[in-house]
Amino acid sequence: MSIRGQAVIVGAYEHPGRSLPDRTVPQIHHEVAAGALADAGLALADVDAYFCDSTAPGFGPVSMAEYLGLAARYVDSTETGGSSYLAHVGHAAAAIATGKCRVALITLAGRPRTGGAAPGGAQRILDSPEAGFEQVGIFSPVGNYALSASRHMHEFGTTSEQLAWIKVAASEHAQHNPDALLRDVVTVDDVLASPMVADPLHRLDCCVVTDGGGALVVVHPDVARSLGRAGATVLGHGEALKHGDAGRTDLTYSAARWSGPAAFAEAGVQPTDVQYASIYDSFTITVLIALEDLGFCAKGQGGAFVADGGLRSPGGRLPFNTDGGGLCNNHPANRGGMTKVIEAVRQLRGEAHPAVQVPGCELALAHGTGGALSTRHGSATLVLGAYA
Amino acid sequence: MSELPALDPPTNSEVEPFWAGLATDRLLLPECDACSHVIWYPRSWCPVCGHDSVTWTEMSGRGTVYACTVIRKAMGPWADATPYVSAYIELVEGPRILANVVADDPGAVHIGALVAAVFVPVTDPPDGSPSRRLLRFAPRGPDHG
Repeated sequence: MSIRGQAVIVGAYEHPGRSLPDRTVPQIHHEVAAGALADAGLALADVDAYFCDSTAPGFGPVSMAEYLGLAARYVDSTETGGSSYLAHVGHAAAAIATGKCRVALITLAGRPRTGGAAPGGAQRILDSPEAGFEQVGIFSPVGNYALSASRHMHEFGTTSEQLAWIKVAASEHAQHNPDALLRDVVTVDDVLASPMVADPLHRLDCCVVTDGGGALVVVHPDVARSLGRAGATVLGHGEALKHGDAGRTDLTYSAARWSGPAAFAEAGVQPTDVQYASIYDSFTITVLIALEDLGFCAKGQGGAFVADGGLRSPGGRLPFNTDGGGLCNNHPANRGGMTKVIEAVRQLRGEAHPAVQVPGCELALAHGTGGALSTRHGSATLVLGAYA
Repeated sequence: MSELPALDPPTNSEVEPFWAGLATDRLLLPECDACSHVIWYPRSWCPVCGHDSVTWTEMSGRGTVYACTVIRKAMGPWADATPYVSAYIELVEGPRILANVVADDPGAVHIGALVAAVFVPVTDPPDGSPSRRLLRFAPRGPDHG
């Protein structure tokens, strides 16, 4: 059994705000839900399945379903950090394929920019079984990702200049996005001249911190046909966790080495078939390691792949993150997976900015890396096809 | 740059032998009684083979740097300690351990560098309890003999 072609993303909405000091997080959940449903041509009353992460306020999906006024008959609050929403799409497609629901709503909202630290963090970490063994002064994720970057550089000769090209491509795309937090085009030298935060990662190797959120509506193909709205057919999904492996971790790869092949196999396509990719970009190194693990290039060759405009749209080896990604546009609630799916849907609809739209985009990939790359994280991959 | 904070860590009964070892300047890690895997982070059973008993075994404390970063911006009590080194240390017994490397020149710590365990008393022990120690590493010379 496969979910290939069994569900369609017909609604996708990214909150235009990047700084929302006067909103509550539930209000943002509602705004993005309403936006995605309007995009689809549906209403809250049509929703019969609800998906959110564990940072949704209150008693997770129970509180939020009540706040949103949903009659949910299928619920999922899978928590794999910023990759959760890609997993949610896969789970929604599976639930639709097996007749559990027909209209699934997925929402994300948060206010790390104006509301302080991300919700749900500190106490959960202190309660974890690893807590006593990881008090090494790595507070923000950047130090954690820097460890993976250091090892990748050591084993494969990857350079800071190569990582910087990832940010450069994202900034070139963001200049066309009026909602992007950072719209200035930067150069490799700009990235290298920005302050070092945790060697070898500079400030401009890091994503933005933004308020906001996004939502998706995933429906049965019969519902999609009735709506007449273009969208994205879910062709394949894969997800996997990677952790410390009882002390034998290898920092050169991510869980994408499992989630990617699963998604490609279900979709029946190869990496070379992909015309556009949304790749989770919490940090530049997150992109580089994922590209290798997903099979866009061989392990260790990511640096050469991204260098010299390799990720530019148009014209690059693999057009990526044409909204500007988390590096420049938006990383709402410190979780970039939702916006990865949304921009992939824009590309497949032909609704990306004309300057960065991939001509005739029929097959796209969206990939998330949630959690912390060098300790434990969850990867989720979607292969999506144009639905017209 | 000042001394690294040495705050009392969260702990629990399952892993008390680890902390008891550090208190006597010994690095004790659980070794599976069935498959002999040396387990990190510590647990009372083996997540590799599923066996339900381990023996807390003294490690050499020697290792090499597997991955490292110099943290240049931090928060709370760590903010004043920058720059400092956070790293994965590969013990000669196998496990890769997340830890700080205490070094006069943080920028000189590199992958492959030889390190040895050091045992650092916590600076804020709870009232009435014996002072716990933390596991950190410091550069060492090459092995002899």
